[in-house]
Amino acid sequence: MKMANLAINHINKSFGNLTVLKDIDIAIEDGEFLVLVGPSGCGKSTLLSIIAGLDDHTSGSITIDGKSVQGLEPKERDIAMVFQSYALYPAMTVEQNIGFSLEMSKMPKPERLERVGKVADLLQIRHLLKRRPGQLSGGQRQRVAMGRALVREPKIFLFDEPLSNLDAKLRVEMRTEIKKLHQRLGATIVYVTHDQIEAMTMATRIAVMKDGILQQFGTPEDIYDRPANVFVATFMGSPPMNLLPAVIVDGSQGLSIQGADAMLPVPFSAVTRAPQGKKVLLGIRPEWLSLASTSTYQPTLDLYVEVVEPTGPDIFVALRLGEREIMGRLPTGSRTRVGEKARFAVDLSKAVLFDAETGIAI
Amino acid sequence: MSLSKRLGKIMPAIVLSPSLAVVTLCVYGFMAYTALLSFTDSKMFARFDFVGWRQYGRLFESPRWIIAIENMAIFGTLYIVCATCLGLFIAILIDQRIRFEGVFRAVFLYPMALSFVVTGVIWQWLLNPGLGLEHMMRELGWTSFTFQWLIEPNRAIYTIVIAGVWQVTGFVMALFLAGLRGVDTEILRAARIDGAPIHKVYTRIIIPALRPAFLTVFVIEAHLAIKSYDLVVALTKGGPGVSTELPSTFMYSMTFTRNELAVGAASATVMLVTLASIIIPYLYSELRHEPTT
Repeated sequence: MKMANLAINHINKSFGNLTVLKDIDIAIEDGEFLVLVGPSGCGKSTLLSIIAGLDDHTSGSITIDGKSVQGLEPKERDIAMVFQSYALYPAMTVEQNIGFSLEMSKMPKPERLERVGKVADLLQIRHLLKRRPGQLSGGQRQRVAMGRALVREPKIFLFDEPLSNLDAKLRVEMRTEIKKLHQRLGATIVYVTHDQIEAMTMATRIAVMKDGILQQFGTPEDIYDRPANVFVATFMGSPPMNLLPAVIVDGSQGLSIQGADAMLPVPFSAVTRAPQGKKVLLGIRPEWLSLASTSTYQPTLDLYVEVVEPTGPDIFVALRLGEREIMGRLPTGSRTRVGEKARFAVDLSKAVLFDAETGIAI
Repeated sequence: MSLSKRLGKIMPAIVLSPSLAVVTLCVYGFMAYTALLSFTDSKMFARFDFVGWRQYGRLFESPRWIIAIENMAIFGTLYIVCATCLGLFIAILIDQRIRFEGVFRAVFLYPMALSFVVTGVIWQWLLNPGLGLEHMMRELGWTSFTFQWLIEPNRAIYTIVIAGVWQVTGFVMALFLAGLRGVDTEILRAARIDGAPIHKVYTRIIIPALRPAFLTVFVIEAHLAIKSYDLVVALTKGGPGVSTELPSTFMYSMTFTRNELAVGAASATVMLVTLASIIIPYLYSELRHEPTT
């Protein structure tokens, strides 16, 4: 399998006064799985179209395998794309659909059929080759769309929300399957989604976007544990990260939680970086809270348990601290009762601080 | 309560029955009557002396009917092929996100708003050597220009094709345009990624996807072609001589001017059967299964 690195260099795109993409700068290595994630309208699909060469950009450049693809037609960029609606050709059989790009590049028929057959075996759709798209289920169409991309053996695969039209169960299955495919082929992939779980589970690199601006680019662990700003912190993860307004006190050593009579030390990551009196937001993911045992030496908060939601593997608990609501995630079997006050330990080695005014991580 | 309920139940039947009765009598009744007449030896008036298939034999021995059928074949084929190709071509051009699309659509659709008689008269003037195109070109200085299809027996049928195509093309265009608008734009993007040149995109992907539109267009054109009558009457009156005779004009003159009522009825029955053989399979396939996309 061919591979290639991809660099998106300071891409801007605007229509008149409307800026769609602003100075997007991302680079990935051979064989990486880049997920572009963000709410709808954030420009992620536009960026994908620009990489594909289907849309123009205003300034900046795209390089694939070290070479600029400026002005090249999509077919000359050695890429393949899977579309949200699958975009299968309705009047062609599955076999013709998959083989169409090879036919267009004038590959002789025997060789073409062999390649199509190989891909069909890989995706387990050989029995569907003579059918037309109208006779296939959603999951089968999805496989055909992937087959059409795989058969070209491109340098880079582009996926535009390919799973959003599938039902929940199939979506999880296909997620695993695409990830397996990525591991097996070692291909470079750019994948667009609005689903943060898809992003976390599949990516080796995530780019979080909002309003045409790149918010953070990093590994899934970076994004999840060390979000660059409040938007990333709350967009990634479900339930989202808890944000508690606080003020730095005690010579930059302590946090006074606003709206509650509670104090915590400053998280390790922000020690010495936050001046006395600064207004901040303390970010705590639900699973960074745990029921405190008597031997706990972590700092604790006394929280009032309002709602308990068992999900099977975990229990979500809605907690109250003064006027603030906090979500916690506890392992099944934790002893909590609605209406009681319990002592929770906070993992300050993970907790993060954000500047309350700019929303940027400290 | 029960009266109004019962009234409510039979009201649809009451409201529909007059038109149902009229349609049954005036359409299907007279169709059957015509078919019946074609098996008699009626001349000027209807008589019920049955003679079996003899009138059909006479019909197909009549050279004038053979000319009418040959003309029908020429006219029908050219009319369907030209209008379909031209309509599709214009629809593809209009589908290129052009400006003033609404204006162009209206301009091309406008001929359909005219009656066949008006179309016939317009083209009669345009094609008349002394008045129209030939006259204009000569006025402009091209004195040797001749365009006399309207008065040449071998060419006159083509003038009917021209006028007919001019009238129906806009409608065909509208049907194809609706079909083109139904094609998913992501398919076009996928085709670009697959490296298909623009003509292949049309011949391999888009036009095959328009199959249902083609079927509709064909059926509409075919039945318009077979029943076209007023166009010929207004444009050439079947002439010069009988060179632009069509089955419909043949039927009219046999029935109402040449006192051969039974032969006219036989020709009408032949036309009916031809039309039915086109339209019934179409309706059957349309009503049987929903189009799959």
